[in-house]
Amino acid sequence: MAELTQLTLHETLDALARGTCSSEDVTRAYLDRIAAVDDRIGAFLHLDRDQALADARAADARRKAGQGGRLLGVPLAMKDVLNVKGHPCTCGSQILKGYVAPYDATAVARLRAEGAVIMGRLNMDEFAMGSSNENSSYHPVRNPYDLGRVPGGSSGGSAAAVAADEITASLGSDTGGSIRQPASFCGVVGVKPSYGRVSRYGLTAFASSLDQIGPFTKEVADAALLTEVMSGGDPLDSTSVPGPAPELLATMKQGIRGFRIGLPKEYFQGGMDAATEALVRAAVKQLEALGAEPVEISLPHTEYAIATYYIIATAEASANLARFDGVRYGNRIAGVDPIDMYEKTRSAGFGNEVKRRIILGTYVLSSGYYDAYYKKAQKVRALIRRDFDEAFKTCQAIVTPATPSAAFGFGEKTGDPLQMYLSDIFTVTTNLAGICGMSVPCGFAGGTLPVGLQILGPAFREDNMFRVAHAYEQATAWRGKRPPLAVDAGRTGA
Amino acid sequence: MIASIGLEVHVQLRTNTKMFCGCPNRYGGEPNTHVCPVCLGYPGALPVINAEAVRLTVMTGLLLGCRINLKNKFDRKNYFYPDQAKNYQISQYDQPLCEGGQLEIQLKDRTKIIRITRIHLEEDVAKNTHFGDGSGIDFNRAGTPLMEIVTEPDMDNEDEAFAFLTALKQILAYADISDCNLEQGNIRCDINTSVRPTRESPLGTKVEIKNMNTFRGAHRALAHEIQRQIREVQRGRAIPQETRRWDDDAGVSSSMRTKEYAHDYRYFPEPDLLPVELTQTQVDTWAALLPERPPERRERMVRDYGIPDYDAGVLAADRAIADYFEKAARLSGKGKAVSNWMMSEMMRLLTATGQEIGAVKITPEALAALVALVEAKTINQPAAKEVFAVLFEQGGDPQQIVQDRGLVQVSDTGAIQGLVDQVLRENERSVQDYRSGKEAALQFLVGQVMRISKGKANPQLARELLLKAIGS
Repeated sequence: MAELTQLTLHETLDALARGTCSSEDVTRAYLDRIAAVDDRIGAFLHLDRDQALADARAADARRKAGQGGRLLGVPLAMKDVLNVKGHPCTCGSQILKGYVAPYDATAVARLRAEGAVIMGRLNMDEFAMGSSNENSSYHPVRNPYDLGRVPGGSSGGSAAAVAADEITASLGSDTGGSIRQPASFCGVVGVKPSYGRVSRYGLTAFASSLDQIGPFTKEVADAALLTEVMSGGDPLDSTSVPGPAPELLATMKQGIRGFRIGLPKEYFQGGMDAATEALVRAAVKQLEALGAEPVEISLPHTEYAIATYYIIATAEASANLARFDGVRYGNRIAGVDPIDMYEKTRSAGFGNEVKRRIILGTYVLSSGYYDAYYKKAQKVRALIRRDFDEAFKTCQAIVTPATPSAAFGFGEKTGDPLQMYLSDIFTVTTNLAGICGMSVPCGFAGGTLPVGLQILGPAFREDNMFRVAHAYEQATAWRGKRPPLAVDAGRTGA
Repeated sequence: MIASIGLEVHVQLRTNTKMFCGCPNRYGGEPNTHVCPVCLGYPGALPVINAEAVRLTVMTGLLLGCRINLKNKFDRKNYFYPDQAKNYQISQYDQPLCEGGQLEIQLKDRTKIIRITRIHLEEDVAKNTHFGDGSGIDFNRAGTPLMEIVTEPDMDNEDEAFAFLTALKQILAYADISDCNLEQGNIRCDINTSVRPTRESPLGTKVEIKNMNTFRGAHRALAHEIQRQIREVQRGRAIPQETRRWDDDAGVSSSMRTKEYAHDYRYFPEPDLLPVELTQTQVDTWAALLPERPPERRERMVRDYGIPDYDAGVLAADRAIADYFEKAARLSGKGKAVSNWMMSEMMRLLTATGQEIGAVKITPEALAALVALVEAKTINQPAAKEVFAVLFEQGGDPQQIVQDRGLVQVSDTGAIQGLVDQVLRENERSVQDYRSGKEAALQFLVGQVMRISKGKANPQLARELLLKAIGS
């Protein structure tokens, strides 16, 4: 039998159900694996070993008592932006140092209700602002496929932990690509559900109208399971869409014969790394071989997406991050009066990228500039949404690269924020339009660096997206590939 | 010089829970006990609109004749202050729930219409307390529903502003929209004042006085501010646009900030909430449940019960008193008699004992029965007063009290004739006084009959028999 830490979520559930291992065994295996490799990866910010083992034993007791649960006994780890009762939640920032969440995010509560063991906090760009995880105020995360390269961001820890077998699945958040881009860089599956599909209650907000929670997994079926469990209306989030969760596991195996797959011409007009383009074109051929019909589509407002995104996201962020003032929780630096305290606390507590975005967002909302920036961006956003509405009239799903290139090196883009922002070029439109998207591994650039295929579905048609992803995954050999690091550690570790 | 006054009135709504979370909307309590991640602005917490607060605001709009915006939305108003958990307030900026409307106010010699600009819904802030060595913040009030009513600058002086606040409070209390308890800060207002030479001149530069907690304080502050502005203008000085603070104890105002330091609130649509979409059917359903407003009720009560306009005005001013009156009046069919009891004994005893009408022991049924006993001449007026006092203190059945206390009026001619004869014998002097033209002597003699009957004699009958005996 393979190492416990190499199992997919479904394989882990099978092993637990058969009794070949206990939740405590699995949890212990991950704790050992993390101890063995995480000093190299840096995915975890916090880990309570004793609590994790206690929760695992409780899950084992539940199983013994004949109680069920779709995730019973499976350890999962959370991006540090999600509130888990009793766990720290720093959002990768110094300003939330010392804050312990007093409540569970709805998505977390739903995982718990199905018996998941919530274990550890995963590293990220501070307040989910970044595309390389270099903006974590704690330490960088390294790409398990090449420790000299970034894992992507902002959910870099969540992606790297799954890729390095430190956890079988994790949660991240995606505001402009923060799940799909690191999933692509780290060679794992990453899903951003439609806006409103998963409750945002308990997800520390970056940009409220764009944020969604989603899973990182080793295979498509695992992502379908976690998406199902987390989805569905939540009375605590007015922007969540009422109604039951979609049935994804049942529908994803229906195949894609006759599916029309849209290829946006604006995405294939240069700016894309040749190796990435070759792998994506090969993936399209594979889909064609599976019975789908590729069609060219147009998303004419694509060129405005980055500007629109950075106006709306920073505007919302400037208000969302105002609450971090040292008054009620987290770090406080005393001042002579409240305003002085705010200035000192926020100056010391926020990193440069967060400050840059707060200033940008404050500017675009300020009196006299609102119409020129924020209001105009909202109008463009409506046009981008309409682009997708039109496109989905002629296809069931859209396929693009997840990122313009494979993982880049540390420090390569930190000097030029705009270059960094452009690495989100293929992902931000999904959030602006509120549709669903995911990245599945589609090969290796230069034979070593993972590349992700982005699959987009219409809003609330995650089923379309999963059908394409599952069919593609089953027909290719990328599933089960692991970084050399995993092999090394597999020999020497527990 | 003429003053122009506009008000921004903040009203705490009577809901069970806060505006955007499930915490109780209750005054007091140990500091920071009615709180949760939402109203404390914890990371990841999200607001959910309180539908009851929306209903109460729409009801207010309907009562004030506003246009209800079926589609409206919430916005974020950004500013840093420790009483703000999120450092933005969820409010309504350019699409409020209600727009337009008016309220008629009662002045000494006439009525006047004050136009309402808009009514919107927002969340209240926490309460800061400053100690010797630091400050504390109590978030129990944070996030409670707050309705803001903005008027046009239609009031000319402090009396009109006072009359507006009084009339507004009456309507809000009437429709159970707010508890209207000023001590608990249920109604607070900001006052905008300017002065100009004549009614034809453009409005002067406005000065805002923030956070008035009492109507009396608002009246005093306005009287002071108007005089201050007139003095400044007469000395040839310009009025700067500013926000001032009123010190009610010292009776002076001082500048808080001038226009240069005005906030840029950077309003933008609240992305955590969907726009509010009401249906006309929903609004119509609420409109059908609107209570009658005090002025209309006053007119109707004059018509229905034949009571004087003044009495109707007093009774209609308080919804519970008006309800009580109407119930008793309908039961007895004698509106005027019931109104007399309400206006005299009831009001006097309520004031004397500090009780609310809703808590009194005398029921409308008992009052109606008491009126019937008087009408049937079973008891006379002094006895009835005694019975009322007993009912007010202990409650019970008037008939039983009359029995127990032996208060049944003696209307038997034979029995009273005996008393009259006795009185005439014992008071020959008064009889002669009467005959020599002293009318008052007759009243004395009637009083004597009542005295020896221990109050039970029918005074009309006694009077008739006395007159018959001593001639007229």
